[in-house]
Amino acid sequence: MGDFEPRIIAFLCHWCTYTGADLAGTTRQQYPPNIRIIHMMCSGAVDSIYVLKALIDGADGVLIGGCHPGDCHYQTGNYKARRRFAILKEILNQVGFSEDRIWLRWISASEGKLFADTVTQMVEELKKLGPNPMKKLWVV
Amino acid sequence: MGKSAVLEVKNNDPVETLRVFFHDLLEKKIVDALLVPKKLPSGDGYCQTLIRDTEMLRDVNPLAPTLPVQSARLISHLSITDPGCRVGAVLKSCEIRAVIELVKFLQVKLDKLILIGVDCPGTYEPLDYAKMSREKEEGASITGGLLKGARDGKIEPQDGYNLRLACQICEYPNPQNADIIIGLFGHDPQKEIFIQLRDHLAGEFAEKGILATAEEGSPSRDLVIERLTEERIKRRDEVFDAFRSRVESLQDLMDTLSTCIRCHNCMVACPICYCKECVFRTPALEHKADQFLRWADRKGGVRMPTDTLLFHLIRLSHMVTSCIGCGLCDSACPNDLPVATLFRAVGQKVQGMFDYTPGRSVDEEPPVATFREDELQVESGAL
Repeated sequence: MGDFEPRIIAFLCHWCTYTGADLAGTTRQQYPPNIRIIHMMCSGAVDSIYVLKALIDGADGVLIGGCHPGDCHYQTGNYKARRRFAILKEILNQVGFSEDRIWLRWISASEGKLFADTVTQMVEELKKLGPNPMKKLWVV
Repeated sequence: MGKSAVLEVKNNDPVETLRVFFHDLLEKKIVDALLVPKKLPSGDGYCQTLIRDTEMLRDVNPLAPTLPVQSARLISHLSITDPGCRVGAVLKSCEIRAVIELVKFLQVKLDKLILIGVDCPGTYEPLDYAKMSREKEEGASITGGLLKGARDGKIEPQDGYNLRLACQICEYPNPQNADIIIGLFGHDPQKEIFIQLRDHLAGEFAEKGILATAEEGSPSRDLVIERLTEERIKRRDEVFDAFRSRVESLQDLMDTLSTCIRCHNCMVACPICYCKECVFRTPALEHKADQFLRWADRKGGVRMPTDTLLFHLIRLSHMVTSCIGCGLCDSACPNDLPVATLFRAVGQKVQGMFDYTPGRSVDEEPPVATFREDELQVESGAL
């Protein structure tokens, strides 16, 4: 377990968190390389299907990144994402899947450091949780 | 709501009395067409039938205790484009609640509809109903047998058959949001039927000489409904508790769903799953051969097809906030999976987060279609 490296699928909104991740790179912020980023136009475009598909296919964590409340490029996409996320968490909770594997974070285009810190923190937390049990389940 | 009257039952036959009532509705143009359950020529079941000619009212039975399809979908077809006339629809409480949800998703327009709700003691599975009707000499007695308990709310299924589980745990024996209510509870259905009308209809009914209504309601009916609801909530909680103690982990859920054959019947039967192009009907979740082989490599082997859990979890996340608990998914499942209980038990928690009751009012926005700026600060885990 000591050498377990979690794999995180991140759905980042174009206008804030994706650009924040870019800033983390250009300003040479260090963060663990455990993240695979998928570029979305808005956190509100992240259907629960993407998150569930990633988890069932064995991702150890899923990160959704969007603009801070009030800052959504499309006015309200992040608020809708937040509702959908809360619903998904409760569903996972109800069927006995650790809801701690999915994170929603507001990270703006100027918060490169926050992005790096968030990924670092998420990797630490997922290491404590251990590998996603779905990775080994042959009946899915 | 509105005004009420008591309809006198002739010849101890409530079904015939209601046929005469519907005859009036059609003839006096309260409705121009009527959707109502009518006995099939085979004699072993009922189907919703859109009636224009009063001759066709023979063998209709609005009280038939069976629910082969969820009429909310039919109502969508009958109202989403202009029917050009007033369409009445005789529906059970769960069907009206589904209609209300579909109004919010712009799949039903109410303006040309007259929703006629019937008190529902519960329904048998269509197959059980067919068996019962073959065993019995005369089909109507199945309705009559179940109606015996309507007066005091002691509903007893007949001949060793059970009511559908969804009906046993349904908290809404009486229809809400109906324009016309056909009330059975708290009255002796062999003698009288309680009718309640929305105010605007009461005037029209009086004008056309169909029924004179008054302000008073039916305290005896209210009492029976209250008691019946209480009993069903108790039963519901037992079923939910049993389910929750059985499904405590993802492995438990997989075990519960083990016999799922991915027929998608639950989705097809569901009145809320209205999407014209469901993601499960597109190639979006198809994979190339090497993807399956990679999974098999990682796990040593993988069950095929691979999307059982994904299917049910996605359906949960897409429509559980609006699940009205009709249980048609249970009825449609060829392998007796407890899908309805899964949806209702999870739905209770998720709907509760937003204090949302699907089917309660057209004015309440479904949780997935709206938001509040100041909510979910902690619960969503967002910083």
